[in-house]
Amino acid sequence: MTRSTLALQVGMLARRSVVRTMRQPATIIPALLFPLLLLSINSSGLDSATELPGFPTASYFEFALAIAFVQGALFSASSAGTNVAADVETGFLNRLSLTPLRRVALLLGQLAGILALGLIQAVTFLTVGLAFGAGIAAGIAGAVVIVALSLVMSLGFGCIGAFLALRTGSGEAVQGVFPLLFAALFLSSMALPRDLIETDWFRTVADWNPVSYMLEGIRSLVIAGWDGEALALGFACAGGLAVLTLTATTAALRTRMART
Amino acid sequence: MRRGGFTTVALAVAWRSVHNYFRNPAIAVPGLLFPLFFFTAFAGGLSRVDSVPGFDYESGYTAFVYGFVLLQASAFGGIFSGFAIARDFESGFSRRLMLAAPRRAAIVAGYWLAALARAAFNVAVITAIALVAGLDIAGGGLDLVGLYTLALLVNAAALLFGSGVAMRLRTMQAGPAMQVPAFLFMFLAPVWVPYELLVGWVHAAAAVNPITLVLEAGRGFIAGDPVKVLPAFAVSIGLAALALLWARGGLRSAERAA
Repeated sequence: MTRSTLALQVGMLARRSVVRTMRQPATIIPALLFPLLLLSINSSGLDSATELPGFPTASYFEFALAIAFVQGALFSASSAGTNVAADVETGFLNRLSLTPLRRVALLLGQLAGILALGLIQAVTFLTVGLAFGAGIAAGIAGAVVIVALSLVMSLGFGCIGAFLALRTGSGEAVQGVFPLLFAALFLSSMALPRDLIETDWFRTVADWNPVSYMLEGIRSLVIAGWDGEALALGFACAGGLAVLTLTATTAALRTRMART
Repeated sequence: MRRGGFTTVALAVAWRSVHNYFRNPAIAVPGLLFPLFFFTAFAGGLSRVDSVPGFDYESGYTAFVYGFVLLQASAFGGIFSGFAIARDFESGFSRRLMLAAPRRAAIVAGYWLAALARAAFNVAVITAIALVAGLDIAGGGLDLVGLYTLALLVNAAALLFGSGVAMRLRTMQAGPAMQVPAFLFMFLAPVWVPYELLVGWVHAAAAVNPITLVLEAGRGFIAGDPVKVLPAFAVSIGLAALALLWARGGLRSAERAA
């Protein structure tokens, strides 16, 4: 198989994946609306937290803006998982397995929908943030890096959904795991900086939780400017998750295609 | 029809719903998990917020959060029972039930008893965990009666609202129509800090949100310093009464479709 054939396969499946995602308002609207709603409620409800000594900014909205990006990426798991599960349930994967389509093309094609949704989310959250007075301390280049980090997170969380869908073949199973992913967000430095978390066990969990570092990577660009350590940790956690889940998804796809 | 028909139907529906609830973790877990989640995340992650100037709640942040989570668990006990009603309609069970039940209001009463049971279970688990986590309830016996009566009224209002939606739409896809309003009512209240410390549009929304009164009264009971008791009970009873009318309309709609 030539490289151009592979590119053609990826392109066709990517187009299908993107079109399918864009044609589902029930997928896109909650993925945009809920993070913005939580951002709005959080920033009004917890604004007084900025009066705590050591709080890094005078605007809780700027502090909380990062949550929208991570929460949006969590929706990728649900979106990707539901789409892949539908492909399993409707027999689409069965039919594809009878064609000379390469697995890598199938995987890359499916992930295109996740990345398209992730891009729309990141640009929307960034636009809303700027419209409501948040500044990006790292400037325009920082905004580009925020979008890039968001896409890596979307890929990582999206692959979790795809992996579960391929392993279980059930959309319900994917939805059932969604609350657990939310737990990862809530048990992080989502609401307060880690050094201001008073409860020891919670701070320990937040220290070990990769979501804390993804949040802090984005937050650093919004609040502080260019912070190499925060960015390196953010990209390492998001990238590590993406590599890990992509590997697991590839293996799950191999098994699923072999079963069919 | 024998005189005990209403009670018999209500108890039968309640028993079936409670049985399904405890036999099926996929139904039981989310209703318990969400409030537990919030309790853990807020009481653990935000406890420092009680040092903010103007935060004057004597019983501590764990008790402050418990006041919210208790009402949330009660409301979710009702809302998730609404999901069960929708599922029964989707599967066709409710249609058969409505043909068999001599007094159909008994079906709603049965679902309410089940909602009460699941809320009681959720609240018991959350309270046990909160006590282990250091919950300090300064209120006495009468305060606790007031607190849990408010929770019971919120549970009834949520169930009746959920059943009204479920009986009108008669599909599981009605889930967001039950859940989203409940979420908004709960979160557009002083969840993390007292009302006085809220800012922006949430402050304005909390001022007109009836749950704010209920929440403040509940927290007053926990602290042993009851506040806004009469308005909170009036609002809770009013919400339950409105939801009852809404549920009655839903029942009529389901009867027409049956």
